[in-house]
Amino acid sequence: MTGSRPHERDVDPVTGYETTGHDWNGIRELNTPFPRIVLWALALAFLYSVIAWILLPAWPIGRDFTRGLLGLDQGEMALAGYEKLEEARSDWMAAFADNPVADLAADPGLLARARPTAVRLFADNCAACHGTDGTGGPGFPNLTDRDWLWGGAPETIAETIRVGINSTDPDTRFAQMPAFGRDGMLSREDIVAVAKHVVALGHGQADPDSRGAAVFAENCVACHGEGGKGIPDNGAPTLISGHWIYGGDIQTVMTTLWNGRQGEMPTWQDRLSTAEINILALYVASLSENDGERDR
Amino acid sequence: MLRLHYNLEKLSMGLVVGIIVAASIGGAVEIAPLFTIDQTVEIPDDMRPLTPLELAGREVFIREGCYACHSQMVRHLADEIDRYGPYSLASESAWDHPMLWGSKRTGPDLARLGGKYSDAWHVAHLIDPRAVVPTSIMPAYPWLERSLDASDIGAQMGTLARLGVPYDDARLANAAADALAQSSPDSDGAAGVAERYGDNVAIRAFDGDPSRLTEMDALVAYLQSLGTQTRLPYAIMSEEQP
Repeated sequence: MTGSRPHERDVDPVTGYETTGHDWNGIRELNTPFPRIVLWALALAFLYSVIAWILLPAWPIGRDFTRGLLGLDQGEMALAGYEKLEEARSDWMAAFADNPVADLAADPGLLARARPTAVRLFADNCAACHGTDGTGGPGFPNLTDRDWLWGGAPETIAETIRVGINSTDPDTRFAQMPAFGRDGMLSREDIVAVAKHVVALGHGQADPDSRGAAVFAENCVACHGEGGKGIPDNGAPTLISGHWIYGGDIQTVMTTLWNGRQGEMPTWQDRLSTAEINILALYVASLSENDGERDR
Repeated sequence: MLRLHYNLEKLSMGLVVGIIVAASIGGAVEIAPLFTIDQTVEIPDDMRPLTPLELAGREVFIREGCYACHSQMVRHLADEIDRYGPYSLASESAWDHPMLWGSKRTGPDLARLGGKYSDAWHVAHLIDPRAVVPTSIMPAYPWLERSLDASDIGAQMGTLARLGVPYDDARLANAAADALAQSSPDSDGAAGVAERYGDNVAIRAFDGDPSRLTEMDALVAYLQSLGTQTRLPYAIMSEEQP
């Protein structure tokens, strides 16, 4: 510290603060004190931390922790908040849990009340597969037309949502289109013939005397019904409406016949409450009112 | 107090000692709770570790950076419970090294994803998200259909076992075989997977083709396992709900 002198009080006349007392070739350094407001803020923050230690859960002590005088618990608070949420909508939502779906369908006021919730539930849970507007996509059924795999009555839809299709639920609805080609149940020629027949069915131009029609009568009618009109009890889709789940072109129908299909819809009864399932069932049933034509 | 600090600054060794003391207190407060972490975080009785295939899927999840846009943590908030399900417990990620809670949700939270959608949906969605969700901004991952390199799963499980994940000798010895068997339900090894990891393990051809073990198999198996390793979060919910 060359140039330093023994410390003496030296006040700068302009600012009124002391200098450090050192002099480097006539240059002196101000010793500006730490701003008071920062010191106060530090002190207050420390004081708050002490209060927080006492009031809130804070210190770990071995297997436990200090609970704090307020006895707050995040999990309990979240569940209490969730219960409040449930309570706030219970005045109308309870009706959906307590009444049969068919009765609920007859109450337009209640349906209108539930509609915003239905839209949200559908977006959160169903839209990923069936699309935000319910029109589905390849492998995921369109919910806005009047063709149903298992039936389109609200209570039937509710059951489908509850147990799913080919799901992990023990009571699941089960349906499987066999792999006629891969498993050697039909010859290649038969498959080509029946595929052509099925495509023609979709266009309403099937020839009842063709080879395909004969193969169809022998192998397909058991599930898809006479003339391919579908049997909802089997979860077998109609083949004559022109609406297809996987596609109605000859290539896709061939793939379906060759490899079979076993589409899966998950079970929702662990994830959604009875009321939520009923709200969704009624909403989904209402989607098909225009039979595939979106209302604009 | 300030005068003390003023004088301390002029004593270099004194200042060093002061810094060491202050930093030690800060360090001890952060580190000490970890000494008892095994007792603090109670593992539920029904908790199962990830199977070898799910673990390989977790590696794919990390490799592709999924965690950058998807959290795996339902927070303690009523709205989160309403949308995603029971809030996440510390024990659910106790065997995750590292945990994948994430901090950003460009996409939705995945902590309760297992069982929500079908395998076919996951496959279609990963190959091209726009094919099933037209407005999605998620990148496509078509290369996941290549074969899975399962050769190092056993070694990785060995490492995790040393960190406290309950992979016993039988689980370690059958790691590669279990990875293959879990995606091939009709194979001889499928029963072994259920025996070693429990009945709530999904044993399916996740990508639709049981003959090939792909990265898609692994990732979909992992996604279908999220939130299904223990039922405790659901039990806590239903206890509170009359």
